[in-house]
Amino acid sequence: MRYLPLTAADRAEMLAVIGAPDIDALFADVPPAARLAGPVDLPRHAGELEVERALSRLAARNRSSGAGPSFCGAGAYRHHVPASVDHIIQRSEFLTSYTPYQPEIAQGTLQALFEFQTQVAALTGLQVANASLYDGSTACAEAVMMAARVTRRTKAVLSGGLHPHYAEAAWTLAHTAGVRVERLAAAVDAERAVTGAIDADTACVVVQTPNVFGTVTDVSAIAEAAHASGALLVVVTTEAVSYGLLKSPGEMGADIAVAEGQSIGNALSFGGPYVGLFACREAHVRQMPGRLCGETADAEGKRGFVLTLSTREQHIRREKATSNICTNSGLCALAFTVHMTLLGEAGLRRLAEVNHGRARMLRDALAAVPGVEVLTPRFFNELAMRLDKPAAAVVEALAARDIIAGVPVSRLDPAAGMDDVLLVCATETTMQDDIAAFAEALREELAR
Amino acid sequence: MRFTKEHEWIEADGDVATVGITAYAAEQLGDVVFVELPEKGKTVRAGDAFAVVESVKAASDVYAPVSGQVVEVNGALPDAPETINAMPEQDGWFAKVKLSNPSELDGLMDRAAYEQFLATL
Amino acid sequence: MTAVAVGRPTRPEVANEDGRRGAAPEAEGRGLVQDEPLIFERGGWEKTGVDLPEADLDASDLAGLTRTAPIGLPGLSEPETLRHYVRLSQKNHAIDLAMYPLGSCTMKHNPRLNEKMARLPGFADIHPLQPVSTVQGALALMDQLAHWLKTLTGMPAVALSPKAGAHGELCGLLAIRAALEARGDGRRTVLVPVSAHGTNPATAAIAGYQVVEIAQTADGRVDIGDLAAKLGPDVAAVMVTNPNTCGLFERDVLEIARLTHAAGAFFYCDGANFNAIVGRVRPGDLGVDAMHINLHKTFSTPHGGGGPGAGPVVLSEALAPFAPAPWVTSGPEGFRLIERNTGDAAQAFGRLSAFHGQMGMYVRALAYMLSHGADGLRQVAEDAVLAANYVKARLSGELTPAFPDGPCMHEALFDDAWLEDTGITTLDVAKALIDEGFHPMTMYFPLVVHGAMLIEPTETESKREIDRFCEALLRLAAAAKAGDVARFKGAPFKAPLRRLDETAAARKPRLKWTP
Repeated sequence: MRYLPLTAADRAEMLAVIGAPDIDALFADVPPAARLAGPVDLPRHAGELEVERALSRLAARNRSSGAGPSFCGAGAYRHHVPASVDHIIQRSEFLTSYTPYQPEIAQGTLQALFEFQTQVAALTGLQVANASLYDGSTACAEAVMMAARVTRRTKAVLSGGLHPHYAEAAWTLAHTAGVRVERLAAAVDAERAVTGAIDADTACVVVQTPNVFGTVTDVSAIAEAAHASGALLVVVTTEAVSYGLLKSPGEMGADIAVAEGQSIGNALSFGGPYVGLFACREAHVRQMPGRLCGETADAEGKRGFVLTLSTREQHIRREKATSNICTNSGLCALAFTVHMTLLGEAGLRRLAEVNHGRARMLRDALAAVPGVEVLTPRFFNELAMRLDKPAAAVVEALAARDIIAGVPVSRLDPAAGMDDVLLVCATETTMQDDIAAFAEALREELAR
Repeated sequence: MRFTKEHEWIEADGDVATVGITAYAAEQLGDVVFVELPEKGKTVRAGDAFAVVESVKAASDVYAPVSGQVVEVNGALPDAPETINAMPEQDGWFAKVKLSNPSELDGLMDRAAYEQFLATL
Repeated sequence: MTAVAVGRPTRPEVANEDGRRGAAPEAEGRGLVQDEPLIFERGGWEKTGVDLPEADLDASDLAGLTRTAPIGLPGLSEPETLRHYVRLSQKNHAIDLAMYPLGSCTMKHNPRLNEKMARLPGFADIHPLQPVSTVQGALALMDQLAHWLKTLTGMPAVALSPKAGAHGELCGLLAIRAALEARGDGRRTVLVPVSAHGTNPATAAIAGYQVVEIAQTADGRVDIGDLAAKLGPDVAAVMVTNPNTCGLFERDVLEIARLTHAAGAFFYCDGANFNAIVGRVRPGDLGVDAMHINLHKTFSTPHGGGGPGAGPVVLSEALAPFAPAPWVTSGPEGFRLIERNTGDAAQAFGRLSAFHGQMGMYVRALAYMLSHGADGLRQVAEDAVLAANYVKARLSGELTPAFPDGPCMHEALFDDAWLEDTGITTLDVAKALIDEGFHPMTMYFPLVVHGAMLIEPTETESKREIDRFCEALLRLAAAAKAGDVARFKGAPFKAPLRRLDETAAARKPRLKWTP
């Protein structure tokens, strides 16, 4: 077996040093009834070539986004990732190292995390960011829990524009801890209704911008209303590229900003692994979940970085920890940071502008199709449109024509009563030809 | 000065007592990096966790040795937590508590008894 | 065709001018390590390393919503970016460099085939919400992974979506909570051994439970008497790591399961150490109701400097109906994805995260499983356990094993009794090991052993590398006993940086670069 270096002679020699007659002797503590006599009923080992063939066959049964026109967004976005990003994250020193618990021999990971935290803080317009969480949805759930700890209150108001998966993940964690979740009705401009739901029990208001329907909102007024009643404002962003063009959460008064960082540096990968961004005000840093990297000096006075404020975490605080998270999204965070470094502010702004431009192009093309009503007035790179047919059926019909038309709201949230609404997205990877093909096919399907 | 088995010290002056952690506790924790003090005005019962003290690798609750109301906290401590290591039983005090039941002090150890207790650990 | 024998190659004659050969270099200093500033100190504030099309920006729809002030992000060209991050990378230790025996972390070789497979466009470039008819291969892969995990654990169901071990623990406990609530049972306590990973009590607390600790016996196992005494009508679950964090198999595991079930509670197993028993023992045969599997440990998806991981949870028949959506089913029309808590999933406890879990990790883990096969995986457990016992045997003369009697499983645990009166601590030994070219073992965990040193060599280390590691530790032990304190207290001397001041970092946190 190519991954196992020990030879039969090694094994015999090692057993002799141990003083054990055979390998079974080392498993003596396993109850006899639970010892398997031989291999389980699964195939035997296979060579690299065979494994590659088997998996390539499975991969070939999927329609990759790059193979044709694709317009899915709604929390995961297809962007071009520069080749050098993938090269860096495949370097052994980053790929095959553990959490940097021995800082003297992990400065590479630690300095990159420090750069990541600085970038995330700048993008979100908040003072401190952590070293990543699993993804945007779990970051959102953690934000709700943190707000409840900070305010010692027990109600969370979720905007109807929040991605339904995020709302569900937040509910799972919050209701378990006794935090009541009030999820407002889904609507393209659901943020209008948020202020009215804030009361003296409210720990936080969770608002997404651009929201799941693509709507961009200035949440400053919601921030004021939340703060006036002692609640925190959590601003969620699922499309991190939008930070390049839109006002940051911090600028609009957010206390906690969370985001899905997949868009920058990370592949779609059918939903994971992704990278959760989490930033907040400095005053609340000790209530933050997840790892933090901080600056310090070594014994000779040279600058270095360490994991810090660890007493918040499970390995020290155990049942009183701010979160149970241990493993995070380190390598995805590195991909984010390398891609962001390549972009720089100039590149990020340009990328955001190109995305917005392509989405306008998409909006204009689809709005001209009979039977389509564009619903989202102010969008970044995705928008909702009402069709005069059920959206799921249209998506299936277009998939048969090799066009991945977007995400029907009915798939995300059947209870929303928006079966005729389709979410579409365009990025820099969306070409004019793709848009033309989509508009033409949609015209034909809706005319059928 | 009186002591608890949780390594707090308390020294009463009239009906107000000053509370901190013992030199032994500070030594066990190592370099203190953070302290969270109770809010002034808070009412505590003997045995309540009323403060938190942290080193790099450990976090401990500090328990109120007596019942009463917190009338003053050591405002200099959060910015200079190293004082707890340097002078745990003087400048490293945590809070002053107005005793609601001064007889609780009688149940605590004196220094000799506390030192005897430490010898058993 | 001639069969070529495999054997030691003969050394070719080398005609050097002076006839001498240089000594093979030892892995000592790393003279190529270069100091590298932060990107923010390099000042490329207007620079970019990407070429994008001209944007014809018409943001008229977004009046008042766009940024008005700079963000403050520098950029670098591609060559500068590569140099920056390659320089940083050279300050990291890695499995590919030398043994990385972090106990409890299972730092094994990460096959590159798995990386290549995860990057096939058919896996890496598919959207989680594109029509299921267009991702049948992805669903088939998830189904196949589920089959392997269920077969290896002897459990009837698996929830794939948890994103790491702790997330898997949460999934398991929430399934238990939902099962209890479904029978109208409001139990509020979870029992956790004192030696448990911190994630166990943290997860139990987040799942809404009071945590009560179970004592440990002198031989490093769960104290059955204490467990029996603490079990009762309020106990929802018992969380036990097996093999446990002392590297020992809980030999009374069947009794633990029996007592737990007799008390009406569920048996949650922390599967962090599954690598020790994969292919040789099925947790389903031990009475386990739920167990998470760290794909980034046992099934070798790379740790990546702290993640991402994946933590699928295998579940018993009793818990399966409460598993969270999504999951994959198959029917005549192909594979389907159950995404809503309706119909068959009406009892599901909810959703843990957006989408379907860590697909990139599923591909890597399945590639690993297919490569090893049932026979290879059994060999994995055997070699991992053999390697740990070998380390224990080689070091026990000089170091002090925490539990000398009987075999260990996949990791060897020592205490710091052998350092008594030397003035040297476990931390000092760890830092000194850095100078010997190795990543230190896990230190000060588990908490139940004084000055713990937990060594997990894994099955992917050669005997030569394990011997090198043991000899390094034996050298350090001799130095410690000879009173060479300076070698330890100042260590590391040969790392990119000397010992770092963690106290200063925590007292005045600086968590980002500021101008």
